[in-house]
Amino acid sequence: MELRIALGQVAPHLGDLDANLDLVKSRLGEAVAQGADLAVFPELALTGYLLQDLVPDVAIRADDERLLAIGADAPEVMVAVGFVEETRARRYCNSVALLRGGRLIGLHRKVYLPTYGLFDEGRFTRGGHQIRATEVGDPLHKVGLSVCEDFWHPFLPMLQVQAGALLLINVAAGPARAPGSAAGLAAIGGWHKMQETYALLGTVAVAFCNRVGNEEGLTFWGGSRLLGADSSVLAEAPLYEEALVVGVLETDDLRMQRYNLPLVGDERLELVRREVDRIIAERAGMTPPPELGADDAEMPNPAMPPSRESEREVEREVERA
Amino acid sequence: MSAGAAHAEVPPLPVIDPATTSELIVAFLRSQMGQTGFTHVVVGLSGGVDSATVAFLGARAVGADNLLAVRMPYRSSSPASETDALRVVEALGCQTARVEITPMVDPLLALMGASDDPAHQVRRGNVMARQRMIVLYDKSVEFDGLVVGTSNKTEALLGYGTQYGDMAAALMPIGDLYKTQLRAVAEHLGVPAEIVAKPPSADLWPGQTDEGELGRTYADLDRTLFALVDRRWSVERCVAAGLERDLVEWVAARVARMEYKRQTPPVAKISLRTPGIDHLYPRRRPGSRRA
Repeated sequence: MELRIALGQVAPHLGDLDANLDLVKSRLGEAVAQGADLAVFPELALTGYLLQDLVPDVAIRADDERLLAIGADAPEVMVAVGFVEETRARRYCNSVALLRGGRLIGLHRKVYLPTYGLFDEGRFTRGGHQIRATEVGDPLHKVGLSVCEDFWHPFLPMLQVQAGALLLINVAAGPARAPGSAAGLAAIGGWHKMQETYALLGTVAVAFCNRVGNEEGLTFWGGSRLLGADSSVLAEAPLYEEALVVGVLETDDLRMQRYNLPLVGDERLELVRREVDRIIAERAGMTPPPELGADDAEMPNPAMPPSRESEREVEREVERA
Repeated sequence: MSAGAAHAEVPPLPVIDPATTSELIVAFLRSQMGQTGFTHVVVGLSGGVDSATVAFLGARAVGADNLLAVRMPYRSSSPASETDALRVVEALGCQTARVEITPMVDPLLALMGASDDPAHQVRRGNVMARQRMIVLYDKSVEFDGLVVGTSNKTEALLGYGTQYGDMAAALMPIGDLYKTQLRAVAEHLGVPAEIVAKPPSADLWPGQTDEGELGRTYADLDRTLFALVDRRWSVERCVAAGLERDLVEWVAARVARMEYKRQTPPVAKISLRTPGIDHLYPRRRPGSRRA
């Protein structure tokens, strides 16, 4: 079965929610006209990126009717879009919503907030506590939502693959830098390798939608891509320019790729879990380190218990909306 | 550290792809103009490679008709500088204006007691740079354009510029490019070869060259800055790799001493919310664009 996936590489207006709602809806209209089954828009597409203290001004709840209205009139199309979420507990998160027919069917809060180098996200937003795959029905079964930096932590997409995702959707706001060679920007090479590796090792399709435009000194590079589960590039948007590209994902190919290369099914999660538990225990000083000077073993750091409250909160948001 | 440490890696010059870099800067300029609500830009054109490059980038971003290149010679400025500035104007077909700063600078220097004595060279240079800033900002009102700065990364890191003079601007398109990188961008953009090839000079007094004044070549300075700043090498590692200790220590000290020139002045924290400390907003946001 063919799935048409649109990547809406837009340049959001910084801090202007209304203008960005119009922008996304307008691009979504074009995607619908081109027969898209899924349309993906970038990280913080509804708000812009370098918000700093504008965060509370542009934050909306996951059940905000302005958000749910996106694509409500085209119920056959799923839409992924990034926004600043104000949770019920008044936490501000960099989130991506998955919408269909006026309902919120999935929500992911950016787990890894880069706060180093040129990034300062952890100062203004709080990290999510969940890594899940979202049920979307056949033929994709489940999709894994993530936001930009989340993809630089391979456990996250690989957990989503293990949870059943056949498509990874990463929405991004990647700033261009280090134009070190004729091949272009150093950061792009890293992103390409990563997408191809996840597609290959996860035998999973990857939809990456990166924004364009400029905020302060940062220029976002775009280059959104759709990859098949064999890591072939099915669609690619240009650098720096606004664009809407549509790629066709053949889910029958994905089916045979999973048969031919059964990596996902062969994963030894119980073994992974045992080793992860052991590493956590050693780091926390709960068991003696295997040898003096082992990585991080000298720093007792009792692991925080997982926040059950915030996990239930996401589940409630999805049910409620 | 390895057995092969004797063959230490010499710090490379920072290589960039000029096409990608130009594309990025043009996108930056266009977007910033759009966000501020301006369509015109004003550039002070000295005849050197930095301002020529900014003029070429500006013309690409907003069109030559929307670019005003202002020539501001002083009586001691080299005539060759003005010839080169005119080469840029001719190559681009942009608008231009000439405002000689001598009649403003000389009475001021006389009044301040900073006349031709070589001991006052730095004061005179600063007054000239600030006078040019006044002209550019006045032209920006007349021409309804944003002043685009021409400072590069080498200058910014070494603090080789005048605060509120040549360092004053609304946008800094080449502020993250070292001098040696800039030449590659200039060539790519088609800046006249004579301008790219000539020795860089602030042209504040006859015969002045940057490399003469700084006592180092840009190749050495950029190699050292790239290692210290971009690669975060230690002084010792730079020296072990073959850079002269004097050079590396001089550059490291100067980068530290000139930190104040690269930042807005510290505000004494009194209240719960202080601009620049915990009142943090992007410059361009709803309401910031002029009507």
